[in-house]
Amino acid sequence: MALDTVAIAATQPETAQPWRELGLKEDEYTRIREILGRRPTSSELAMYSVMWSEHCSYKSSKVHLKQFGEKAPHSDALLVGIGENAGVVDIGQGYAITFKIESHNHPSFVEPYQGAATGVGGIVRDILTMGARPIAVMDPLRFGPADAVDTRRVLPGIVAGVGGYGNCLGLPNIGGEVVFDATYAGNPLVNALCVGVMRHEDIKLATAHGTGNLVVLFGAKTGGDGIGGVSVLASETFASGKAAKRPAVQVGDPFAEKVLIECSLEIFAEDLVVGIQDLGGAGLSCATSELASAGSGGMSIQLDKVPLRDPSLSPEEILMSESQERMCAIIEPTKLARFMKICNKWDVTATVIGEVTEGKHLEITFNGELIVDVPPRTVAHDGPVYNRPMVQPAYLDTLQPTTLPEIDGSASIKSELLALIASPNIADKSWVTDQYDRYVQGNSVLAQPEDTGMIRIDETTNLGVAISTDANARWSYLDPYNGAKLAMLESCRNIATSGAKPLAVTNCLNFGSPEDPEVMWQFAETVRGLADLCLEMGLPVTGGNVSFYNQTGSVAILPTPVIGVLGVIQDVTTRTKMGIPSAGLKIVQLGNTADNFSGSEWAHLHGQLGDHAPTPDIAAEVRLINLLLEAQPLFASAHDLSDGGLAAALTESTLRNNIGATIELPAAYIPGGVAAGLFAETPGRVLVTVDPENFDALRALANEREVPFHPIGTSGGDALIINGATIPLAELRQAHTETLPRLFG
Amino acid sequence: MRIGVVTFPGSLDDSSALRAIRLAGGQPVPLFHASDDLKEVEAVVLPGGFSYGDYLRCGAISRFAPIMSSIIVAAEHGFPVLGICNGFQILCESHLLPGALTRNQGLHFVCTDQPLIIENTSTPWTSGYTKGDRLVIPIKNGEGSFQASAETLNQLESEGRVVLRYADSNPNGSKNDIAGISNARGNVVGVMPHPEQAIEFLTGPSVDGLAFFTSILHSLVGR
Repeated sequence: MALDTVAIAATQPETAQPWRELGLKEDEYTRIREILGRRPTSSELAMYSVMWSEHCSYKSSKVHLKQFGEKAPHSDALLVGIGENAGVVDIGQGYAITFKIESHNHPSFVEPYQGAATGVGGIVRDILTMGARPIAVMDPLRFGPADAVDTRRVLPGIVAGVGGYGNCLGLPNIGGEVVFDATYAGNPLVNALCVGVMRHEDIKLATAHGTGNLVVLFGAKTGGDGIGGVSVLASETFASGKAAKRPAVQVGDPFAEKVLIECSLEIFAEDLVVGIQDLGGAGLSCATSELASAGSGGMSIQLDKVPLRDPSLSPEEILMSESQERMCAIIEPTKLARFMKICNKWDVTATVIGEVTEGKHLEITFNGELIVDVPPRTVAHDGPVYNRPMVQPAYLDTLQPTTLPEIDGSASIKSELLALIASPNIADKSWVTDQYDRYVQGNSVLAQPEDTGMIRIDETTNLGVAISTDANARWSYLDPYNGAKLAMLESCRNIATSGAKPLAVTNCLNFGSPEDPEVMWQFAETVRGLADLCLEMGLPVTGGNVSFYNQTGSVAILPTPVIGVLGVIQDVTTRTKMGIPSAGLKIVQLGNTADNFSGSEWAHLHGQLGDHAPTPDIAAEVRLINLLLEAQPLFASAHDLSDGGLAAALTESTLRNNIGATIELPAAYIPGGVAAGLFAETPGRVLVTVDPENFDALRALANEREVPFHPIGTSGGDALIINGATIPLAELRQAHTETLPRLFG
Repeated sequence: MRIGVVTFPGSLDDSSALRAIRLAGGQPVPLFHASDDLKEVEAVVLPGGFSYGDYLRCGAISRFAPIMSSIIVAAEHGFPVLGICNGFQILCESHLLPGALTRNQGLHFVCTDQPLIIENTSTPWTSGYTKGDRLVIPIKNGEGSFQASAETLNQLESEGRVVLRYADSNPNGSKNDIAGISNARGNVVGVMPHPEQAIEFLTGPSVDGLAFFTSILHSLVGR
């Protein structure tokens, strides 16, 4: 194909262009012509098409996401907010934390191992780009039915990809989720969270300013992988019957990324960069236009200088390539020699590919010919914005209340409990998490299956951070507004359960097609709920990610807002673990149980969904969180009650250290009886154990703080005994742990 | 007491090994693969990780690093070397230790708190233990299955050179449940488990790994 230059575009305005094949709508193409005052060159068309894709431009979600700004609570902790590669918060002692979740859903369905691997790689580079050392990752994952044939293809590949990449980077994997539901068949969700730490003064931004400063591309060479991945994979569903666009999943090289991390941190330590951006979705198109747009606006790039793995790549392909493990830095010419020396030490390829210029245009040449001449802001930020139609879903009018079996004796307690804790969503996840390194770096204070992951930040002061991710997609399906709030409240509760104070929020919003008005309504309600709750709790949203088009044909996934909450703990040695540590402790449930099984795992086990999500009692949740923090020295253990209710929590807390418990659930304070007591998933509850000598103090404090306090038993023995139903721990363990190995080998 | 820790490209547990030496009371000294300068350390640790990505056989490239040429010569003269996980693999590739570490039997990466038995306390890295001590130390690897010829296994067993053995269950199919071995002289030890990740109750399953690092300090003092 002959090189299409700006000059040719100006003189041959009527050349037919494949804008539709690149995923652009007709009005979008027309708008590009208006912006440029001519037809775009093929390189410009490539850039606009990837940058204006749903994945990069947030064109369907923008009008809703702005609520996070409009309703933002005042926060002294927020150092860098939404819009940069990742938000940054102050945790005290001069430390700043950056954290973010991203999705890599579509590539992971096509090629599970590489899709998941490069998902980890991408989020880690986002964190690194802020100037931070990445210190931990977490991976919330969702799959189709556990016993489905395709799940046996997708799950092992994704888990191996997460582990294969993350383990090789030396980042402890400290938590996440593994959830199965029929709607995720064909649409697995791979969300990846990374957290990083830096000193305040080391924060870096993605900006290009200072005329004459150099644009340096460093890291891996550019290849043909992932070309068009953004527009093809993330913006179209896999509807059958359409002409197949061969999807192009990126291929990861974790060793290259590990070396790039060490190299970049050394470069940051010597303060050698003016601005920096990683190359992820939309590759060089994104990095150059965003850097220029956020800076003074002018930049010239010589595209033929880009080191190539595949010398046959056209300029359009070089601009669109999503080859992994690449970074783009803006540096002052005087610092180039030192920069190159560090790259050389780590065997990292670095090439000057352009410079910051006066003016407001991004100009890209290829072998001396001008092939791109655009105002960078129009590529990076002025993409289309859609206010898509929304309608309350019809299914909400057809929901039925649950009708579940009576629990009327010790035999039914035992059989229902064992069935629940062996079900794939509640069963022990070691088969997955044992493929991840949770120890590397030697600062992992808590890791899965604990309620949160916790990392020591400072070995001298014992300052640390806790991170939790949560979603309850069935509640979001029943009530997306409250579902989002419930997910965030659960995440906050998890943080406080471990002894840390919630500080900031990130999110990864996974939905079906925004072109479906019912899906769009779910999305809008979710964002509204989240923004409202953040304002009410005074927690800033530091960033996030939207993944649309998670649907096959007309069936969308359950609306799945994954909420990540970051907490701070002044002294990590005081953290509370979930396992019952010894015999003879009093077991107490904090918070009340309600008679509602809608959306619960127990109802799911019986093939039911129910009709309404719980209404969050935010004031009660805040009182509970405050009590957890205040009473923390009194707890011997603490475990959040969520999926699987008290039954699951008791199972996990007893099996952790193999210490049994004897539980009496008096019907008096449990509307719905023993069934609700064991299996309801009422939010705002925590299971704690307390030394008998601290029991009265805890009860007094709980009463004073108006947190319901229910003693339900004592620890000890080698069985879990509930209202006379005896389940030996060995039997409990077998039921809880054999499910995943049986399914996945 | 200066103890070195080598950073290869792709080393991951180097910072943890440096911390372990510090907590044991030694002076940790970072060493870089590209230099042959041992910086007057009195012993060296080759840490865990995926040096050079381990895309070739694990450790196969690292053994040619300039620092390894110094370490190999020194080790042959009795200089104490501890290889942990990837470090063990590098020692096998360097022929300082016999045998090879191959893909785990289950074909998965395995991270777990592994029960172990101390078999040999005559090496400078294990002198602080008592033979038969039961330890719980994390393992985390994809290629930790120790394999050797029957002749080599016989030799290792008969000479008491099996330093550490998996207890309760064998996580990866290693021959004779072998988790760690030494050379004939005892100064070079390779172990698959990560003692540097079992040095604090806060972050590890136990503190059972700390004695690897206190042992070497005592051995060097008593020398």
